[in-house]
Order: sequence, then C-alpha cells, then structure tokens
Amino acid sequence: MNKGIAITGMGIISAIGNNVAENHASLINGRKGISRISKIDTIHKDAIMVGEIDFTNQELEGHLGLSPENNYCRTAMLGAIAAKQAVAEANIHDINAHKTGLVSATSVGGMDMTEKYFYDYIEQDTHRKYIEAHHAGDSTQKIAEQLGIEQSLVTTISTACSSAANSIMLGARLIKSGKLDRVIVGGADCLSKFTINGFKTLMILSDTYNTPFDENRKGLNLGEAAAFLVLESETLVKAGNKKVLSYLKGYGNANDAYHQTASSENGDGATLAMEKALRIANINPREIDYINAHGTATANNDLSEGRAFIRVFGENNVPDFSSTKAYTGHTLAAAGSIEAVYSILALQNNTIYPNLNFKTQMKEFQLRPQTELKEKELNTVLSNSLGFGGNCSTLIFSKNA
Amino acid sequence: MKKVYINGVGSISTQRTFDNKAFLEEVIVYEDNVITVVDPNYKDYIPPAAARRMAKGIKMGMVASKIALADSGLENVDAVITGTGLGCTIDSEKFLGKLIDNKEEYLTPTSFIQSTHNTVAGQIALGLGCKGYNFTYVHASISFESALLDALSQLQNDEENNILIGGIDESGEQTIKIHKLIHHVKKEAVKSTELLNSGTEGAIFSEGANFFVLSNKKQQNSYAEIIATETFNTLSKENLPLAITSFLKENKMDIADIDTLILGNNGDISYDPYYHILSEGSFKNTQQLYYKHLCGEFFTATSFGFWLASKLLKTQTVPEVVKLNDLNNNGIGTVLLYNQYRGENHSFTLFQKC
Repeated sequence: MNKGIAITGMGIISAIGNNVAENHASLINGRKGISRISKIDTIHKDAIMVGEIDFTNQELEGHLGLSPENNYCRTAMLGAIAAKQAVAEANIHDINAHKTGLVSATSVGGMDMTEKYFYDYIEQDTHRKYIEAHHAGDSTQKIAEQLGIEQSLVTTISTACSSAANSIMLGARLIKSGKLDRVIVGGADCLSKFTINGFKTLMILSDTYNTPFDENRKGLNLGEAAAFLVLESETLVKAGNKKVLSYLKGYGNANDAYHQTASSENGDGATLAMEKALRIANINPREIDYINAHGTATANNDLSEGRAFIRVFGENNVPDFSSTKAYTGHTLAAAGSIEAVYSILALQNNTIYPNLNFKTQMKEFQLRPQTELKEKELNTVLSNSLGFGGNCSTLIFSKNA
Repeated sequence: MKKVYINGVGSISTQRTFDNKAFLEEVIVYEDNVITVVDPNYKDYIPPAAARRMAKGIKMGMVASKIALADSGLENVDAVITGTGLGCTIDSEKFLGKLIDNKEEYLTPTSFIQSTHNTVAGQIALGLGCKGYNFTYVHASISFESALLDALSQLQNDEENNILIGGIDESGEQTIKIHKLIHHVKKEAVKSTELLNSGTEGAIFSEGANFFVLSNKKQQNSYAEIIATETFNTLSKENLPLAITSFLKENKMDIADIDTLILGNNGDISYDPYYHILSEGSFKNTQQLYYKHLCGEFFTATSFGFWLASKLLKTQTVPEVVKLNDLNNNGIGTVLLYNQYRGENHSFTLFQKC
C-alpha cells in the first residue's frame, strides 16, 4: 500500500495574485491575469498577450530586502517570494533543524539579465555582476540563501514545461528514500524576450486570450510565475502534529520519444505518465475526481492530451477537467508547481476552477472541459505537465494519505 | 537495497578518451586558458545531415551516450538522466545574438528549440525510442551528481534496472568572453602540467561529455560499484572535514577505508585551498589524484572524474599523470571523489572495486 507524501505548506506568485489567497480569489471569480506586456520592450507587444506579474524588479528587491549590490535575476526573486510563503505556511522556523533540501525548476534562469546586457557586458563593467546569475542553478542557490538552507541538498531541474512537476516528483522520492526529512519543491520562470521570440518562431503564440481545448484555439499566452510546496516526512508531521494540506499520492514521468518539440498525436508520453502515476498511487482511474490539464491551447498539445485522457479513462469516463492556463498563461518551468497549488486549492475547497474562454468543442473527440465554477466533493486530483523533448509528467494529489 | 554498478562508459574530453581501449597512455599537454575537446568522428555515430544541425554539446552528448551504451552491451535503457550546468549554450547564444542584432526579426526556430536544457536527454530518448523516465539537472557543479543521485536511488530501490546518466557542457564563444571579463577564466595561458602552480585566479575553461550506464546487475565487464553520492549547496572549509567523515560514516566507512582520493583542483588560487584542507589534513597519508589539468574546468567536469575513477578501478592502474602525491597503494579498492566550484556546490562520490 502506497502512502502519500504530506504537503504542509504552499506559496505562489502569478499573474492572478501575489499569494495563495489572491490566486484563489481570482480562480473563483474567473479573473484572468492576461494582458498586453508592459515590462519588456518587444516588437511583438501588440501581437501577443501575456500573464505578467505586476511588481517591477525594484519592487521585488524591496519585498526581499535585497541590497543594491545584489545580482538576483527576476526568476530568483519570484522564486524566493513563493518559497518563503510556503515555508511560512508550513510553520518552519529553524530550517536547518532537520535534513531540509530545495529542488527548484527553471527554464529561463537569468536569461532576463543576459538579454539586457549581452553586449553591454563587453562594453562596460556596470552590470557584470549578473554574468554569474545567468545559469539556471544560480536562481536556486539564491532561493536557498533566502530560506537559509545551508550544507544541504539543493538542486535544479530543467525539462522544459514539465520542470516543476518533476521537482515535486523528485522531492517526494527524496522523502520516501529517507534522504531528506523535508524538502521545498517547485519552480520559477520570469518572462523574457528570449522565450517570447522563441515561441513566436514556433508560431504557437496566440494574439488574443488563450482558449484551451477549444476547436478554434490559436495558441498559448506566455506567463511568469513561481510556486513552491513543502513536503515533509511522516515522522516530522507526527512529531510536530502538523496540519497537512493534502498528500502527493502518485507521480509519473515518461518520454514521448516522438519529436524534439511536438507531442505525439496519440499522446503516448502523457498516457504513460498518467498510467505510471495511477500505479504509484495504487488507485483506479475512476477515483480521479478532477484533472487539472496541461491544456496550453496550442493545436498540438490539446489534441494530444485529450487523446491521452481518452486512452487512460475511456471516452465516456473522462473526469471533469479544466486548464487554468487561461488565467495565468503558460508559465513554462513553473507551470507544474502553479497547477499543483491550484490542484490542492481545488481539494481544500471542493471546487473545480473553470476552463475560461471555451466556446466550441474540438471536432476530434467528444471532450468538453468544465467551463463553470463547480462545487463537488473532491478527494483525488490529477495534474499534467507536458513539455519539449517529449517530457511528460503527472502528479496525483489526494485528501487522504 | 540493491548494489549499483558502472557497466559502460563513454567519454569525450580534451584527451583522446572516446576510445575505451585506451587509458591516458598518451596525454595531450595544453598551454592555453580555454581548451576544446578532441572530436571523435561524429559521422561514425550520427547521420551527417542530423549532425550538421546539432551544436557541439548535442553531438558530444549523443556520441558519448552511444559509446557508453555499446560498452555496456545493452541495446536500450530504462531511463535517461543528464546533468548540464549551462545547457545548450551555443544555440542560446546564437538565438539571442540574432534576436538582438536583428531587433527580433527574421528569427528561425531551430536554435531556440535546441537551446532547451533537456535537448540532449530528449534527443537520446528519441534516438533510442526510450519512453522511460527522462530528467535533466542544471545545478552548476553538482548537475552531474544530481543525475547520479537520482539514478542511484532508482536502481538501489529496484525501480529501474539500467539507467544512462551523463554530464555535458559545451563552450559558447560569448560565455567564454564574458567569463574572461570577470576573471573566472585565467587571464594567462597556463601549461597544463603547471596548472596547480599557476598562482593566479580563475580556471582553464573547457567542455566535455561523459556518459555511463549504471545497472543494478553486475556484469563480467563491470567497472566498479558506486556506493553513494552527496551534494551540498554551501560548505565552509572549517566544516569540510566533518562533512566528509559524516558522509563516510553513513556508508559505514572511515577515512582509513579510502585508499584513493580524487580531487577537483583547478589551479584557482582562491578556491584550491578547499582541496588543500583534505590533501594536507585528514587524507595526507592517502594516495591522491587530480584530473582537471587533463580535462579543464566546466560545470560537469566531475563526470570526467567519475570516468577516471571507473577506469582506475577496472584496470587497477594509476596513470603517472594523475598523481598528486607520491603515495602508492597495492591495488585500488575504495575511491572518494571530492569537488566544489568557486566554494559552492560541493560533492562527494564513493566507489568500490567490484
């Protein structure tokens, strides 16, 4: 019998709120965070929409109390804010009192600074402090520093859009194998010209609000966000008589091995990932009450993921599902942890958040996402994250261990 | 818990290590501050049309993984786990350079697609048709050890039987240029035989790809048993000896059980003192080896150290060129690998003869 891993804290900052409560309020009020871009000067500004966080870098530095000499990239600052919230909710005061690790995820890392100062670095020395902040691991080192984690396991995963789901998965395995007593897991990615232009060349950016699982979907909106969870061992939970928000019951990662960027038409990787997660959770597909889909609103993803739902659950038995990307945009490496927070909120509130902007059912199958806020008893929620390189991940959250 | 073995190796480095029959019999001596790998004939492994589209890191990774897999005698693996500190730097620089130069116009997707950190792991899976677990770690100088730790736990717990792991980093022109500006790259050319006496800041920047097949079944041609690995985000010089003894104790060993210590000295006067703490302290009576004068410094350079440990344990020979002190053993039984980069992201890895 598989026991779930206890989740004792969570934190989030996204285009729909600067903490868990604000995110929840936006979710239940159908308030999306998608707008024209304001903080990055790009020639595509009138052709795309994004999920941008209101705070400027200067404001974020203020929140964290960083000295003017700091070399934090935006990813690191967003990550630190979300991770601190998670640790506070878990009521952790002495972070090094037990074997505590950090597993973060990012795809952008310090690219926001690199793209600003690419040639400037050569010409003058004013911004050279950011050279060391470019690589992905640096943002995680900074988050660890902000949390006060020392002499411990701190690492970073980058598997494109499934990254944060994978950091949650690794964290669970580190607790299970006894390597750590508790671990802060999640991901952070800021918006950058690099990713905006990259996705633009792939021609998968929508010029309007993204519409997951809609026949006439035009592509994704990029977003920026960070979210972290605190996972703790059974022993620590018992000893501290801690409040458990929910349990991570199952997880699975598989590779589509089909194409460097596109998902296979039949959703092989997503199917395998969901099946693995169900096996680890040791539950029947019928026990899934709600799916928080990856649902990026690209032609390829939604078709592939929808077909995978049908393969795993049967066409007439697909549980209620929705994609929350219409609220936040696609937050890339952070998406898995953003949606983990939303899955846990769904369980806590027995509420399914609507798939906004949906109008027309896709012609390839009979699947319709949940489009209205729905209250129902939820016990088990499944969340998917699917990415470049064929990387597919599934997490299953449950009220019960 | 199952024991875990190294059953295949594949190394592309600044030495001619892609030939698994050789073991540093011939060594290339460099005199530079940036060095590049000795290329195998990539076309022997990858169709030329595909190879043309790949940046060097992808090619190195693909080929090193193929050499390791062939060496293990397996046709496929259950999972692929890679580590890379900087990811696909060449494609990132290419895409970003064009983006800035052309003011966001006339961009094509190829270099963006290939700039993703998990490109190599994804390409390997694609090539093998491996639909299993596929992870990429990107945490500076412990990127490779994170991949190793992940593989080790899955094999020990018998969740998988054969896992391909690897460390890859490629040199990007702009990356080298800006790291020279902040003196992470040595200002002057240094002869590799004199690396540890340079007396200056910075390291000799380099690149490489080292892959391994790890299995929880011993084979006749197994290289070594891998016991454990542990990483630390921070560690002071004062706490280093205690961290090592605790690590050894967790693995039911003490310092006297280690007959060979492999250190990551890179000739940086500011950070080599970490290694001196061990070489002049608790391990002063232990045979000590080093390797960064052979492979240079890059975030996944320890994967070359891992290759060195594998070869030492299998061949039971110590090439003269890697010796850091004059102590010799009767055979090599237990090897400890220690590394850090610029005082951060420390790792210990423990091997045993099998």
